[in-house]
Amino acid sequence: MTQATSAASSVRVAPPDHSKANKAIGRRNLRNGLIFIAPNFIGFFVLILIPVVQLFYIGFSKWSAFGDPKFNGLTNWVRLTHDSNFKAAFVNTIVYSVVHISLTLAIAFALAVLLNTKLKGRAFFRTVAFFPYITSIVAAAQVWNMLFDVKSGVINQIIKFFTGGWAPGWMGSTKWAMVAVIIVATWREVGYYMILILAGLQTIPGELYEAASIDGANKWQQFWKITVPCMRPTLFFVLVTLTIGSFKILDLTLVMTNGGPGTSTLVLAQYIYMVAFNRQDFGYSGTVSLVLFALCMVVTLVQFWYNNKKEK
Amino acid sequence: MTAASITPAAGVKSSSADIPFNKKPVSPAKIVGTVIGYAAMLAVSAFTLLPFVWMLLASVKPNNEVFMVPFKWLPSVWHFENYINIWTKSDMLLWVGNTVFFAICVTFLQVFTGSFAAYGFSRIKFAGRNTLFLIYIATMAVPWQSYMIPQFKMLSSWGLVDTRWSIILLQAFGAFGVFMMKQFYDTIPEELAEAARLDGLSEFGIYARIVLPLSGPSIAALGIITFTNTWNDYMGPLIYLRATNLQTIQLGLKTFISQFNADYAMIMTGSVLSILPILVVFLLGQKQFIEGIATSGMKG
Repeated sequence: MTQATSAASSVRVAPPDHSKANKAIGRRNLRNGLIFIAPNFIGFFVLILIPVVQLFYIGFSKWSAFGDPKFNGLTNWVRLTHDSNFKAAFVNTIVYSVVHISLTLAIAFALAVLLNTKLKGRAFFRTVAFFPYITSIVAAAQVWNMLFDVKSGVINQIIKFFTGGWAPGWMGSTKWAMVAVIIVATWREVGYYMILILAGLQTIPGELYEAASIDGANKWQQFWKITVPCMRPTLFFVLVTLTIGSFKILDLTLVMTNGGPGTSTLVLAQYIYMVAFNRQDFGYSGTVSLVLFALCMVVTLVQFWYNNKKEK
Repeated sequence: MTAASITPAAGVKSSSADIPFNKKPVSPAKIVGTVIGYAAMLAVSAFTLLPFVWMLLASVKPNNEVFMVPFKWLPSVWHFENYINIWTKSDMLLWVGNTVFFAICVTFLQVFTGSFAAYGFSRIKFAGRNTLFLIYIATMAVPWQSYMIPQFKMLSSWGLVDTRWSIILLQAFGAFGVFMMKQFYDTIPEELAEAARLDGLSEFGIYARIVLPLSGPSIAALGIITFTNTWNDYMGPLIYLRATNLQTIQLGLKTFISQFNADYAMIMTGSVLSILPILVVFLLGQKQFIEGIATSGMKG
C-alpha cells in the first residue's frame, strides 16, 4: 500500500497520525476505484486478458481444427527454428518496423513543429495530413496498387520519364514490394502521429519560451532545453504506439500484397493468420503469436526503463 | 512578465517581437525558414492528396482510360452515373448500415467505460491501483494479432462467430481508451478536484461535474479515433463475419473488388464511397479533436 501510494500522484494528504481515518479513506477509495474501473475491466478481463493468458498454453500445445489443445512441450518451438517461412516473416517484420518507425517519427515530428508555428494555411494542412489515416484500408491499398501498377501506373510513368525507361517492379518484385508497403503505411499514418505530437507541443506553456528568450536562449537551445524535455511523455506514448503498431502490421500487407511476391512481404501477423486459418494449425499459430508477443514486450520494457531512467 | 502588464490582452499569445519597444528587424534566416516551411507544406499536401484526386477522377472515367499511357488526369467523358449504378451493382447500402451500427455501438462503449475507468486510475488512490494499471498498459502493448486466435476460439465456443456481438465485443473494451483518457486526466490540476471534495462533492460528482466537462475535447478525440478504427477494421470482420447480411464496408468492398476486378472505374467509385462518410465525421469533429486538447484547464 505504501509503495503504491508513494508512487502515485498525491490525491489526498491525510493526517499522518489518524490511522483509523486513513483506513476508512482507504476502504472508501478502494470501493470507489473499483466501481469506476469495473465496466471496462470486466470486458477487458474476459475478452482480452483471458485469451492472452491462454496463449501461453496454446503456444506449447498441439491443436488442430477439432478437439482441445494438447500439451506437447517444445515441439512447436523446435519446428519454429527450421521454418523458413517464419524466418522470412520475422526478418520482414523487423525491416518494415525499423524503416517505418524512423520515417514516420521524423516526418511527423517535423510536420508537428511546422504546424506549431504561425504559418498561414496550417489548419488546412493539418486536415490534409490527417486525411489518409481515416481512409478505409481496402480503398487506400486499392488506389495505391493501381498507382503502383508496373506497366501503366501513374508512378512508373513519372519515374520512366526521368530515368528514360527504367522503373521499379513494385508489387511484382521481391525487392520493391516492401518499399511500396512502407511508402503506403507511412503516407497513411504520418498525420495521426503528427496530431499526437502537435497536441503535446501545444501543452508547453508559451511563458517558458518567453522566459528563455529573455534570458538569451536562441531557438536551437529552446528546442533542446524546453521542447524536447516537455515532449518526453508525448514522445514516449507515440513511440510505444508506433512500435507496436509496426510490429503488428497485418491488414495493409494482406490487402496490398497478400504477403507476396513469394514471402517478400510476409509479416509475422500474417503468418499467424495463415497458419491458423489456412492450415487449421492453431497450436503452432499460438507459438508464432508468442514470438510476436515477446517482441512487443521487449521493446515496451526497454522504452519504459529508458523513460524512467531519464525522469530520475 | 512585463509583457503581460503592458499589453494584457495579447500577453499570452504574442511573442516578444510584438512588444513595441522590442521590435527587431526580420532576419533573413527567418524569411528562409518561412519559405521552406511553406514549400514543405505544399509538397506534403500534394503527396498526401494526389492519390485521392486520382481516385476521384478515375471513378468517373471510361474504364479504358484509367490505365492510359501516357496518363491523363481528366476523363474524356464524365461517367457520373457510376455513383448511381454502384448501389444496384453491389450491396453498398447494407454494408454502410452494418458498419455504422458497429461503429456507434463500439464508440459509445469505449468512450463510456474508458473515461470512467481512467478517472478511477487517475484520481482515486486505492490499494492495487498501480498493479492493475500496469496490467492495462502491458496488455496495450500486446498486439491483437497475437491473441486473435485464442480469442476467436473462445468466442466461437460461445457461438458468437458470425453474429453482431462478435465485432462489438471485440472492439469495445480496449485498453487504449483508458490509457488515453488517463493521460489527459493526469494533467488536470488536482486543486480543482480538491476544492470540490472540500465542498462535499463525491467522487462521482467530481467525475460528472468537473472532470467530464473539462474533457470534452479528449472524449471527442477518443470517439473519433474509435469510430475510425471500427470503420476501417478489416481483420475483425474478415475473421468473424461470414453471412452476407452482416458484411461491413471493408469486407464488402474487398469482395466487390475481386468480383469486378477489371471494372476499374467502378472499383474506384466504391472506394470513394467507402471513404466519404468517415470524411464527413472527421470534418465535423476535427476542430474539437485537434484544438481542444491544449486549451484551458490544462494550463492550470
